[in-house]
Amino acid sequence: MVERQSPLELELRAGSHGDFEHGIEVILSETRPGSILQLAAWPGQEKALIAGIRAVTGLALPDGAGAGSTGGVRSVFGFAPGKFTVVDEAEGLASAFANVVTPAIGTVTDLSHGRTAIRIAGPKAEWVLAKFFAIDFALPAFPVGAGRSTMHHDVFAQIQRTGADQFDIYVFRSFARSFWKALCHASEEVGYEVQ
Amino acid sequence: MLITCPYCGPRDVIEFTYQGDGNRERPQPASQDLDAWNAYVYDRLNLAGDHNEIWQHSGGCRAHLRVVRNTLTHEISSVAFTRGDHKVAARHKAEGKI
Repeated sequence: MVERQSPLELELRAGSHGDFEHGIEVILSETRPGSILQLAAWPGQEKALIAGIRAVTGLALPDGAGAGSTGGVRSVFGFAPGKFTVVDEAEGLASAFANVVTPAIGTVTDLSHGRTAIRIAGPKAEWVLAKFFAIDFALPAFPVGAGRSTMHHDVFAQIQRTGADQFDIYVFRSFARSFWKALCHASEEVGYEVQ
Repeated sequence: MLITCPYCGPRDVIEFTYQGDGNRERPQPASQDLDAWNAYVYDRLNLAGDHNEIWQHSGGCRAHLRVVRNTLTHEISSVAFTRGDHKVAARHKAEGKI
């Protein structure tokens, strides 16, 4: 496997930043998952694809647009009709799907090297993200496990809520460094820690 | 202006790309009917009121949507996926594609 280099390396400075004297209310980190896949079902094959996702990852997808689930090591969420993002800490998830998602069911696209995963956690995570994205981050509207695709200016982002006050954001690798810098800047006023 | 995407819910118009007038009927690719092609490319109803439009949720789920927007008030009265569109389906059926 090619050794992966993070686009955030030059800007990722571990430690406390911003107005942290009054407490750290946001924690930022790069999760560096080994596998990031997009799976798409042909029309009418959605149920077969969802069954395949369950067989490979052990994660059951709830019904509904943008629904998803997370098991810590692996996560899955819908981001478009019949399309799902599947993430695994380990590499090689695409080959695990190769025999399950047959050409009759749909497609598997390996984006592991094309996306950067950024985690924002803490009591002010919702508040900081609300400065970026015009969507409802409140827990009843955006439950744990669910995913949303949206954009911050031209930076397309897929967001999954992986905890009551934790979100994983997937952005294009080429936009990741500028997005990270913007995220740090937006977190300054609440005090943030980079891990 | 907000467009309520059938998949993503209400989103700002900045996430959407206008894909043109939804009233147009594209002639068959092999058609040599110049009047039909001229009408497809140039003729527009230019309505003051409810207007059929195609939008893509390019900054979200990327689905193409059939939207009815009031050109006077920007009120959106209906949004649906173009996938499964009865006009498109009828044409594909007539062409023996489905």
